[in-house]
Amino acid sequence: MSKTAASDQASLNMATLAPPQTSFMSRLITYGGWAVLIVLLVTSFKAVEMGNIELLFTNSANTQTLLKEYLHPNFSDWRNYVDKMWLTIQIAIWGTVLSVVMAIPLSLLCASNIAPQWIVQIARRLMDILRSVNELVMGTLFLVAVGLGPLAGVLALALHNTGVLAKLFSEAVEAIDKAPVEGVRATGGNRLHEIVWGVFPQVAPLWTSFALYRFESSARSATVLGLIGAGGIGQVLFDNLNSFDYARTSAIAIVIVVAVTAIDFLSQAIRKRLL
Amino acid sequence: MPQPLVEVSAVSKTYTIKADGAKPRGTLKALNNVSFTMDKPERIALIGPSGSGKSTLLRSIGGLLIDDASSGEIKVMGQAIQSKGRLAGNVRQARMNLGMIAQQFNLVGRLSLFTNAALGHLGKVNGLRGFFGLWSKDEKMAVMRALDHVGVASKANQRANTLSGGQQQRGAIARAIVQDAKVILADEPVASLDPVTARKVMELLVKVNTEDKVGVIVTLHQVDYAKRYCDRILALKDGVIVYDGPAGGLSGDTLKDIYGEEIEDAYWEGAVS
Repeated sequence: MSKTAASDQASLNMATLAPPQTSFMSRLITYGGWAVLIVLLVTSFKAVEMGNIELLFTNSANTQTLLKEYLHPNFSDWRNYVDKMWLTIQIAIWGTVLSVVMAIPLSLLCASNIAPQWIVQIARRLMDILRSVNELVMGTLFLVAVGLGPLAGVLALALHNTGVLAKLFSEAVEAIDKAPVEGVRATGGNRLHEIVWGVFPQVAPLWTSFALYRFESSARSATVLGLIGAGGIGQVLFDNLNSFDYARTSAIAIVIVVAVTAIDFLSQAIRKRLL
Repeated sequence: MPQPLVEVSAVSKTYTIKADGAKPRGTLKALNNVSFTMDKPERIALIGPSGSGKSTLLRSIGGLLIDDASSGEIKVMGQAIQSKGRLAGNVRQARMNLGMIAQQFNLVGRLSLFTNAALGHLGKVNGLRGFFGLWSKDEKMAVMRALDHVGVASKANQRANTLSGGQQQRGAIARAIVQDAKVILADEPVASLDPVTARKVMELLVKVNTEDKVGVIVTLHQVDYAKRYCDRILALKDGVIVYDGPAGGLSGDTLKDIYGEEIEDAYWEGAVS
């Protein structure tokens, strides 16, 4: 090979081996994104009073009193705490099960590979509304309708979770393999058969996993719902906080953490077996 | 004269191709005025190079694809599947005569082989029994007999996705038997299988055809398999039938015309004279 030909070949190889270049537009989007984030942080610094962070240290006497009582939890009323925690878990169980029952048909209406586009749009917007209203706000509304007590909490969790689960369930439905569905159709099965035998078996593990995840979240949310009078451990927590009884508050917090952690472990174990 | 099992009259299918980068939106004629009849339970192989329209034709017969509005009609056992680009009103009824087998088996992976085969009953049972899978004792026995017929009865309780490709394909054939299908449409049933398993599946299709008098239409990439296991060959090229005759009558020259440079890839286990 001549020297010129060899040099041409070398430059060709270099051209072939040149690392990929990031386009100008792509770089602009990346740097622009970072710039927007920085501007947002700077402009909101004052609004959220980040300048007062020093109070955490200058008010240390108050913090020390709080911590001292928290480190000596008072479990004298533990039976009541466990009872109330169990009620909170029952609120979460009912809230989740009702939401799953409502989310299944609604998710099919939200799935673009199952329902016509105009129904999909209506169903999805309805689910957006359910998701965007926080459980606490829904709980307040249901307190007016059904009065103080756990039922308001159950209904609030059920409705909010329906919005969340219908969205997650419908995304799972949209990602299915259509071949088994075609297999069912080819046997002469009707549309309902296609869903029951072709779609449900494919999405069942993911749906169960999502439902368990929402159960974990509901157990935490049900605790907070107690603050507005929806019963359970949250109500006892709120009462003790209002009377500045931090030792009892600490005991309640420990019961909540232990229960929520146990639920997390349990649902994680079930999810692992399913997936 | 007995009623034909399958009648395909002047069927055309055009796909719309989406614009892709520099390529503009366009159309592709996958089937162009295709007609043929299966008068008796025979084994017909649909062969042809990639993109010749084999799978499109098979899916059209099954009513899984809707043909062009200018198309004629497709009938199975005298019942219309589709006509002039519209599915027949009683297509479900007509589909009950068709068992469909696909390259990827189309079984529901998380269900047992038994349940998958039992789905063959769906077209015949009422809505609620089909919804809950409440099969009668006779229906359950029919499923077990079908699984036994294809040699996988011992795997009845296993999840479909834990079985080998060959076992799954046998399960799909069992489902067609449970369905009491008069014609099996098999879309590249051996493409995902090793040669030994592929031969066994093809032999099973021959058995179902000869013993149970079920017509078989099978798309195949392998010309040697088409010649060995089928009575009749329909060769497609660019959506048009270029050969329709006995398997033995297909000459090497005709095959060269059909496959062109792909001819070497059209044999799996070597040329069959």
